[in-house]
Amino acid sequence: MRKVAIVGYAQHPILENAGALNEVELIMPVVHQLFDELGISQNNIDFTCSGSCDYLQGAAFAFVEGLSAIQTNPPIKESHVEMDAAWAMYESMLKIQMGDADTALIYGFGKSSPGRLDSIISLQMDPYYISPLWPDRVSLAAIQARVLLEKNIITPEQMITAVIEARTNSKNNKNALVTELVDKEAYLASENISSPLNEFDCPPISDGSSAMIIASEEKAYEFTDHPIFIEGIDHRIESSNIGSRDLSKPSGILASIEQLKLEKIKFDVAELHTQFSHEVPYLQSVLNLSDVPTNLSGGPLVGNVMMCAGLDAIGKTYESLKSHDFTNGLAHASSGPCLQHNMLVHLEKKS
Amino acid sequence: MSDQKDLLRAPFELAYNYKRSSGPLMSKFFDALAEQKILGTKSSTGKVYAPAAEFDPETHESLSDLVEVGPGGVIESFSWIEEPKHHHLIKNPFAFALIKLDGADTSMLHMVTECDEEDLKIGSRVTANWSATIENRITDIKFFTLEK
Repeated sequence: MRKVAIVGYAQHPILENAGALNEVELIMPVVHQLFDELGISQNNIDFTCSGSCDYLQGAAFAFVEGLSAIQTNPPIKESHVEMDAAWAMYESMLKIQMGDADTALIYGFGKSSPGRLDSIISLQMDPYYISPLWPDRVSLAAIQARVLLEKNIITPEQMITAVIEARTNSKNNKNALVTELVDKEAYLASENISSPLNEFDCPPISDGSSAMIIASEEKAYEFTDHPIFIEGIDHRIESSNIGSRDLSKPSGILASIEQLKLEKIKFDVAELHTQFSHEVPYLQSVLNLSDVPTNLSGGPLVGNVMMCAGLDAIGKTYESLKSHDFTNGLAHASSGPCLQHNMLVHLEKKS
Repeated sequence: MSDQKDLLRAPFELAYNYKRSSGPLMSKFFDALAEQKILGTKSSTGKVYAPAAEFDPETHESLSDLVEVGPGGVIESFSWIEEPKHHHLIKNPFAFALIKLDGADTSMLHMVTECDEEDLKIGSRVTANWSATIENRITDIKFFTLEK
C-alpha cells in the first residue's frame, strides 16, 4: 500500500458570526495560504475533496458553491462528503493509495450562526423514530453523559477539569473562538442547557473553514524533509438506533484500537473531536491517554466548526508533531449522536 | 470581502414537504400505534428490539417477528430540559429519555413530562400517554409519564 503524508494544514480564525462572509470567502484564504506555503497552485493538485453539510446552508447541493473558492478550469477531479472533512481526507487518502492521485486538497467549511443548529441536527437523524421528536444535539449528548456519570466511568470533577483545561489550552490556538478562562465557581453557576450538561459543557456556535494537503510518499519529500505520515487510520459506525447501543461501551472505537494496534504505540500528543466536556475523560480513558497531552489546541470546546472540527483534530495533531520534538500523534474525528461514528488516525513524524 | 455593516437580512424557513414510505415492517409499527399498541421485533437470538427494527445490528439478519411491548417501561437514561426551546414539542419542563419498554431488550427515545427533574431517576417506571389524533407517526405516543 502506498504511504500517504500530510504536508500542509490551515485553519480560518473561528468566528462566532461570520455575518456576510459567505462560505466561499471563508474557504479561499485557507486554501491560498496552503498554496502559498507550498509554492503550488490548484494545477498541482490531482484530487480535491470537501466536507460540508447542505442542511447548514439550507439549500440542496449548496456544497457545489464551495467550489467557487478554487480554480476549476481546466476541469479538476473532485468529490464531496456530506460529513466532517476528516472523511474527505479519508477518501482522498484512498485515492492516493490506489494510485489515482499523488496530491490531494481537502477543505471543510461550516456556518452554524445563520440557522438554529439544534433543530438542524435533529433533521439528520432517523426520520421515522427519532427526528419527529426533535431531540437536540445537547440533550442526546446529555443522555450519554448521564449514563457515564451513573456508572462512575467519569466524574463531574473530570467534566469541570475538561472545561477549565480547554479554556487554558486555547492560548495555544491562535484561531480559538472561546479564550476566556473559567474557574469552578463560574462553571457551577453557568446556565443549565439540558441536565446534566450546562452551557460550559457545550461547544460554542462557530463559523469557519479549514484546509489540508496530503501527498504520496515520493511527492511529500518534494515539499518537506520531515513528512508526517498517516501510519494508521480506521473508522467505524455504530447503530443509528440509539436505544440499541450501549452508550458506555464504544464498540466501534474498541474495534479500531485493535485494528490499529494502538496499545503498542506511545503517543506524544492527541487531539480529540470531543464536542462536550464529558466526552473528554471518557475517550481519554477508552484510548488510554491519561499520560498523553490531549487537546492542546483546546479542542471543540473552544471552537467547533461543524464539518471541520474532525479535520481540525487531525490538523492540530499534525501541527503539534511538526512544531515539537514529538514522534507519534493520535487524532480522533466523530459524527452522529453520542459518538456514533468515530475515526482514529495515527500520525508519525519521520526523522 | 463583504462589508459587515448594514446587512440586510430576510427570514428563510426551510421545510420538507415530502411523504416518506414507512416500508413493510415499520408500516406495521405505525399502524399498531392507532390501536395504542407498541411493537418490537424479535431476532433469532431472542433479543427484542423496540421500536420495531428492520434488521439486527448485531447479527445483521432482517427482522419480521413482531411482538407487542410496553406500554410501561423503565428509564435507562435521560436529559432534563427546564426551559424548552422553540423546536421542542413540549413547552413545559420535560426530559428526553431512553425507555426500555416491558418485553424489550433495547430502548426507545421519547419524552417524559408532567413531573419534576428530581422525580426522575435511571430505573424510574414510566408509561405511554397517547395523542388525541392518530397520524401513524412516532408522535402518536404523546409522551411518557411516571407510573402512578
